[in-house]
Amino acid sequence: MSSQPIEIKVCLGTSGSAAGGEEVLRMFQHRISEQGIEAQIGRRCTPKKVGCRGFCSRDVLVDIIRDGNKTTYQSVTPIMVERIVQDHIVGGTAIAEWTVTDEYASFHEKQHKIVLGPCGEIDPESIDEYIAMQGYLAARKAMTRMTPDDVIDEVVRSGLRGRGGSGFLTGEKWKVCRREEQHPKYIICNVGEVNRPLAEGNPHAIIEGLLIGGYAICASKGYLYIRERYHRSVERLRIAIEQAREKGFIGPNVFGTGFDFEIEFSFGTEAFICGEETALMESIEGKRAMPRVRPPFPAVQGLWGKPTVINNAETFSNIPIIIGRGGEWFSSIGTKESKGTKVFTLSGKVRNNGLVEIPMGMSFRDIVYGIGGGIEGDKALKAIQVGGPSGGIIPTSMLDLGLDYENLAKVGSIVGSGGMVVFDEDDCIVSVTKFYMEFLQRESCGKCTPCRVGTRRMLELLTKITEGTGGDEDLRTLERLSGVMAATSLCGLGRSAPNPFLTSFSHFKDEYLAHIRDRKCPAGVCTALIIFSVNEEQCKGCGLCKRVCPAKAIAGEVKKIHLIDPDRCIKCGACFRACKFKAIKKQ
Amino acid sequence: MEKLKNIISLTIDGQRITVQSGTTILAAARKLDISIPVLCHHPKLTATGACRVCIVEVNGIPVTSCTTAAEEGMEVITASPYIENLRRDIIDLILSDHPYDCMVCERAGSCELQELAYKYQIRTPVFRGERRIYPKRDGNPFIERDMEKCILCGRCVKVCDEVQGVGAIDYAYKGFQTKICPPFERDLSCEFCGQCITVCPTGALVSKPSLGKGRQQDIRKVATICPYCGCGCNLTLHAHKNEVIRTSSPKDSINEGWLCVKGKFGLSFINSPDRLKTPLVRKNGVLVEASWEEAFTYTADRLKQIRDTRGPDAIGGLSSARCTNEENYLFQKFLRAAVGTNNVDHCARY
Repeated sequence: MSSQPIEIKVCLGTSGSAAGGEEVLRMFQHRISEQGIEAQIGRRCTPKKVGCRGFCSRDVLVDIIRDGNKTTYQSVTPIMVERIVQDHIVGGTAIAEWTVTDEYASFHEKQHKIVLGPCGEIDPESIDEYIAMQGYLAARKAMTRMTPDDVIDEVVRSGLRGRGGSGFLTGEKWKVCRREEQHPKYIICNVGEVNRPLAEGNPHAIIEGLLIGGYAICASKGYLYIRERYHRSVERLRIAIEQAREKGFIGPNVFGTGFDFEIEFSFGTEAFICGEETALMESIEGKRAMPRVRPPFPAVQGLWGKPTVINNAETFSNIPIIIGRGGEWFSSIGTKESKGTKVFTLSGKVRNNGLVEIPMGMSFRDIVYGIGGGIEGDKALKAIQVGGPSGGIIPTSMLDLGLDYENLAKVGSIVGSGGMVVFDEDDCIVSVTKFYMEFLQRESCGKCTPCRVGTRRMLELLTKITEGTGGDEDLRTLERLSGVMAATSLCGLGRSAPNPFLTSFSHFKDEYLAHIRDRKCPAGVCTALIIFSVNEEQCKGCGLCKRVCPAKAIAGEVKKIHLIDPDRCIKCGACFRACKFKAIKKQ
Repeated sequence: MEKLKNIISLTIDGQRITVQSGTTILAAARKLDISIPVLCHHPKLTATGACRVCIVEVNGIPVTSCTTAAEEGMEVITASPYIENLRRDIIDLILSDHPYDCMVCERAGSCELQELAYKYQIRTPVFRGERRIYPKRDGNPFIERDMEKCILCGRCVKVCDEVQGVGAIDYAYKGFQTKICPPFERDLSCEFCGQCITVCPTGALVSKPSLGKGRQQDIRKVATICPYCGCGCNLTLHAHKNEVIRTSSPKDSINEGWLCVKGKFGLSFINSPDRLKTPLVRKNGVLVEASWEEAFTYTADRLKQIRDTRGPDAIGGLSSARCTNEENYLFQKFLRAAVGTNNVDHCARY
């Protein structure tokens, strides 16, 4: 009998947990400890929780490492656990039909996982596992063998740019703050929605990055700004802070260097605007999150009026790697102006939804078709929305565009925090734009006029167009509004809010005009513009449509052609989906 | 020398000006008598930068002049066609969410938004759309809040917090529904100083006692001093048909234009039927109207009589903080020198 340990890694990221990961883990623990498995295979089998490894559409994912071979099972439910334990853990034979397909490999092999690397591999609640993979070595190196200026120079050399939105050079930002003579200084890590997998999968990297940043700018106080609702992220970060404190990595006299560093949580509520750094600082100060006027910039006058650096969790996660492996190594990844990798949440109509980390400069084609495995149901790709709600909409003609800060700016979009939504032929671009505008107008903080009123007016005009009451003049008004908002809004939210409209209008003008001039929605999404009718040649009179219609709008006798009363039809599409003979037309 | 270092020079609309560093573009422009429209800016409050009406062009980029500090060598254009169009559109956006009821608005004639609409000749907004509808339901007797007219400039929030130190109101909700209100949208229950009314640029906050009693025209303004306390705030009475309907205070006065609840709302006694207009002297147990001469003679006789029969210490005097310093001085002098007693006191003590 081999004595090599058997590892069972159960994904307990947000998605893994939502898919039932906790139950799966409990079932493994139960089967192994209570059913005498240990007697058969020895005390060498410990099921453990790991963070998200990205392939969320197949959760719960479970890795079994036996005799040095790793097998990954997908869509695991508690019922499947018993057979996995019996056949694989005890018997040594993997259950081929439950393991991941080739998609899993192709999803991962094209990615370049730097910050996401340890996520899904190590136990995020164990500092020892983090240390075992050279964790906190970079912090020790920075504090014992480098001056703060050396650290900043290394970050400058890496070319790392802020991963939270604006893409400002991290090293330069730190340099400005370091130069300020006012004390105390503060360093803030914003753990946004897209950073949750990092906080859940490898929280110590964030803590280490924050610690190194604090040392570099001479701040003794770090804040973790996070929504209280992200319980799992908060919990794992809290455990990580406690463990780091026990080891003396944070607290007084870190590594015996005389440098003191403390980390405090600051909890935010549900507000998109809190991603704006000055609004975030207002929120930490206990005020309503509304952006401040700039200048002064936070690096000069930030939290509590003191010099402050704000970066997001992904930026900080990159720091230990940059210090550990060198800025030059880091800058070898990516493009001329955009270095390193970027994490994106790949979602929408793409086959493999999930969290991906790609080297800067990778083309949209490689992301969508390589990593993402193409479009669901082999439909035609229509567009990609990148950079979050105020990002731009990229058409298929730009599929070969390399994704980096410069290229995205050129096409009217932003890298943002890393959202990426894929749309196919069934999506209406006007509706998609309206959807984003709905979100932005709701999340405007209400402080400045162009954003507060402008986003609302844009939403109203887009709604008009999707309802078939728009005119050509509405498009001109939308363009004019976009200009005012982009030029005069107080913060990035208002300035970038017109992006979805401007980009979609420039690439999908025909679709807008179809809504306005022909009163048609080419994708068949805008209910006010579509009519359902029965194709008499194909109708077999089965009566299914009549039965599923919730509005009693369909009449017809069995084996005779059915008819839809357009006045009663609520355009829900139930008949369209139900008909087995494709006899319902959507126009 | 130290001071010279902090002097910078810039150009605004082609005119050179030197200012202290830290001066905003707006302040520098005002020194040159160049007018830049503002809505959220107030000289006595910290900068907000919310309305965006005061944008000017620096290196082709619009910046808000009320928040941007002037820099050495800066070239500012305050009214290029580009800026004027943007400005017009911002005012248009504000008006698109504003009730068009200037004809019945208390502030017509002194409304800053109305002035800008006039200046930019916006009769119907280009950006039409939904307007916020709010019920008016305040039960307080002083401040009428019509939040539909609120342009979210934030001046009221700031004056309440920064000047008055009360913080009775703040922003609530977000997006288009953002609203300024007391906590949990309760009725206003503050000290009712009315400072928010003073700074409000529109008719969103108006004085309830003066509602419907006369607008900006046909008002006779009378400069006076507030009769209430020794602070001696400058007061301007707004009289309409010989009735004081409202008060205000000049900004360049000793009280910087600020007033408290008494100066703002406490002058209705002027027209009260219960107000004493002549002295009253009690005759056979009944108070009857008397002339000042008669009242003084009666008072002097009685004081003399008491002093002569019971001694000066049988008399005491209490004075009021509502009198001036000079009057209070005379009063204690009178008691000490003329009456001969030290029994004199005052609510603020001699």
